[in-house]
Amino acid sequence: MEAAHGHAHGHDHEHDHIPYGIMRWVTTTNHKDIGTMYLWFSFTMFMVGGIMALIIRAELFQPGLQIVKPEFFNSMTTYHGLIMVFGAIMPAFVGFANWLIPMQIGAPDMAFPRLNNWSFWLLPPAATLLILAQFAPGGGAGVGWTLYPPLTIQQGVAMDFTIFAVHILGMSSILGSINIITTLLNMRAPGMTLMKMPLFCWTWLITAYLLIAVMPVLAGAVTMLLTDRHLDTHFFNAAGGGDPVLFQHIFWFFGHPEVYIIAIPAFGVISQIIPAFSRKPLFGYSSMVYATASIAILSFLVWAHHMYTVGMPVQAQLYFMFATMLIAVPTGVKVFNWVATMWKGSLSFETPMLFAVGFLFLFTLGGFTGLVLGITPVDVQLHDTYYVVAHFHYVMVAGALFSAFGGIYFWLPKWTGKMYDETLGKWHFWLSFIFFNLTFFVQHFLGLAGMPRRIPDYALQFADFNAISSVGAFGFGLSQLLFLYIVVKTIRSGEKAAQKQWDGADSLEWTALPSPPPYHSFVTPPVVK
Amino acid sequence: MTRKTTHAVLAALLWLWAGVAFAEMKLTFQDQKTALGHTIIHLHNIISVICVVIFVLVFGVMFYSIWKHRKSVGHKAAHFHENTTVEVIWTVIPFLILLVMAWPATKTLLAQRDASAPDITIKVTGYQWKWHYDYLQDGVSFYSNLATPRAQIEGKAPKGENYLLEVDREMVVPVGKKVRVLVTAGDVLHAWYVPALAVKQDAVPGYVRDAWFRVEEPGVFRGQCAELCGKEHGFMPIVVRALPPAEYDQWLSEQKSKRAAGGGEKVAAAGAVDGKATYDQICQVCHAIGLAGAPKVGDKGVWAPRLTQGEPVLVEHAIKGIRMMPPKGGNPDLSDAQVQAAVDYMVGQSK
Repeated sequence: MEAAHGHAHGHDHEHDHIPYGIMRWVTTTNHKDIGTMYLWFSFTMFMVGGIMALIIRAELFQPGLQIVKPEFFNSMTTYHGLIMVFGAIMPAFVGFANWLIPMQIGAPDMAFPRLNNWSFWLLPPAATLLILAQFAPGGGAGVGWTLYPPLTIQQGVAMDFTIFAVHILGMSSILGSINIITTLLNMRAPGMTLMKMPLFCWTWLITAYLLIAVMPVLAGAVTMLLTDRHLDTHFFNAAGGGDPVLFQHIFWFFGHPEVYIIAIPAFGVISQIIPAFSRKPLFGYSSMVYATASIAILSFLVWAHHMYTVGMPVQAQLYFMFATMLIAVPTGVKVFNWVATMWKGSLSFETPMLFAVGFLFLFTLGGFTGLVLGITPVDVQLHDTYYVVAHFHYVMVAGALFSAFGGIYFWLPKWTGKMYDETLGKWHFWLSFIFFNLTFFVQHFLGLAGMPRRIPDYALQFADFNAISSVGAFGFGLSQLLFLYIVVKTIRSGEKAAQKQWDGADSLEWTALPSPPPYHSFVTPPVVK
Repeated sequence: MTRKTTHAVLAALLWLWAGVAFAEMKLTFQDQKTALGHTIIHLHNIISVICVVIFVLVFGVMFYSIWKHRKSVGHKAAHFHENTTVEVIWTVIPFLILLVMAWPATKTLLAQRDASAPDITIKVTGYQWKWHYDYLQDGVSFYSNLATPRAQIEGKAPKGENYLLEVDREMVVPVGKKVRVLVTAGDVLHAWYVPALAVKQDAVPGYVRDAWFRVEEPGVFRGQCAELCGKEHGFMPIVVRALPPAEYDQWLSEQKSKRAAGGGEKVAAAGAVDGKATYDQICQVCHAIGLAGAPKVGDKGVWAPRLTQGEPVLVEHAIKGIRMMPPKGGNPDLSDAQVQAAVDYMVGQSK
């Protein structure tokens, strides 16, 4: 995908030569190129993780074991989760960060362009390790993306590949976050105070701090798994004085902030789209900043709501229940502010806005089921059932993924200088919306009725909803091929896009840069009033 | 009829038809058989209703806005972008709503965690891939395995009514009595989950956690393991049968006499003194991986000092118990001859 053509639009003439060929992409230090690579990598991983999901749903279409062996099923569950979280959704938002942050703050590039290149190029080897793990002797690790011991200690060598991959992925995130924070704190154009930054930049500033805080914790946890497996330590083995539940505490201390690492940049994208299509400024900008920061801080204090049934003392359960309920307050503020942005605006519903409104509606639904799960006595019935699976797919797919789709449609005209096909875009939205709900809404009922997670076969009373869910999953998966077609068609033959394609958009990339922007933009910083 | 009435009637008929046609599709919790279970459903319903009301209000506003404030109908954008009063209100009110939810939630949780003064206590141990039940005060213990034939799972035979939710030996409890379960595991994490009894407790190897329930009426209640534990995680169900107290007492004395006759356990019932079979069924739980200091079978280094004591001494330790190992590994229904044969086998593998 060509980020920019050879024409420099009046900003600089020294850098007229844009590199080409494979080596362009291997050695690039350009934030636009790197953003592009992150986005294509993320889409590829989305397809790989998606195929794994379809294998899962194919086996679950009917009771009985028809297609795969249970151990392979468990491996698919594990790598579907790892690939989607670490290979698809997180890199997608890093792609947005790379493309947009320098343009939105009036900077020529990221603070550490070479580090940026390494941050990206760490990902393909890590992804390869995760995929190769399927072919290790003994098959892929069948432990769930949560990697709980002692089961992980029993696994074959695929588990070691997986641990290594997780380390590499974490390294990439940490390096990228250092870059993002330094860029945002130091390279804003004159006049752009922190409280004048687009909210998307704020959400990435906050997310980057979260990443630096918790990725090392995950690294510690998986390293302890590695040493328990091979170096005779017994962190997670009672016979040696350890405790399997220790892993769960460490993992979820990472894991809860991790879900906000996924959600917060998504909030940022939505906060750019909704004002643009409401032709009205974002309602309550400072509250949105404070609410996002509150969510981030609170996210460190609630981890054990993922482990209410491990046997912790009731006082601990009570604390975590109260803290978890509290997160609903700043999250609610954000939802209200988005609706208030729309209120009395002048609304239009092109594809980005469809995804943003879809996000608002479905992410909030997922948030409510999260609140239900946060209530400990209720969670005792619902923990480790399909209710949880439904909850997190609502917030991560209908939430983060829809936000990413909205962002692609929103910014594709800017990045490529070409407009996507609006009719096809709307088709992609409606197909995704309908099939997503078909797949996951019924899973709430499965969980309420008592169907556990991570099982390849189930009792007969769960059959009908599983069949519906599987049909929905295949529909959803096929609809994403339409998305690929739309993007490729836009790049190859889309209509010419305007500089300010969306008349309600007001950040620097829309007001001060052409579509597409030059390979190097803002070589001299703009002055922001 | 007006259009509105017609629509209402049609909607009601559709709902009725759906209810009949899709009767299998359960929309909510299983019928609860404990008082606490009913309380939990009640709590869930209150919270869900509050959430639905807020959801409808907020998205009612949004959909109204989508309808009325569209550019295509000519609506011009207002310019406001902040309002501190409104922001304070919609921060404080949700907080108050949460307080309203937290109060009953706290009371229910405190009740749920109070396992004191039980009438009976049963130790539940999760293994890969079966459960073990030990009635501590009665000396009755047995394994509980999935009873669904493999042929049904592979589609070679029609599936029975309790497909994947049936076992060879059920856990039996008395109705109306407080049953405390002590839950642990012998290898990896499992979880003991019976939806109709509102109990879910993680089984952590090396640690003992408790939960409790009091069944209100007789019946059979089916659950499953709820923590991924390996390839047969989906195939280790739980069946609890609640009997009126008199029938329960009868069941219990039958179990005790079976044990006394030495025919209670599968291995014992087989009558054979097959050391390997005993090891595979029972001893391997600790001795295969060296749990709690058990000498790992096949580990010559750890067995060598033990072998210098001579096998008769090792057999006596196994029968009487030593350090972390209870007598006969906690299987009083094994005969001394069976223990002897198992030790023979283990020693043979570890020389």
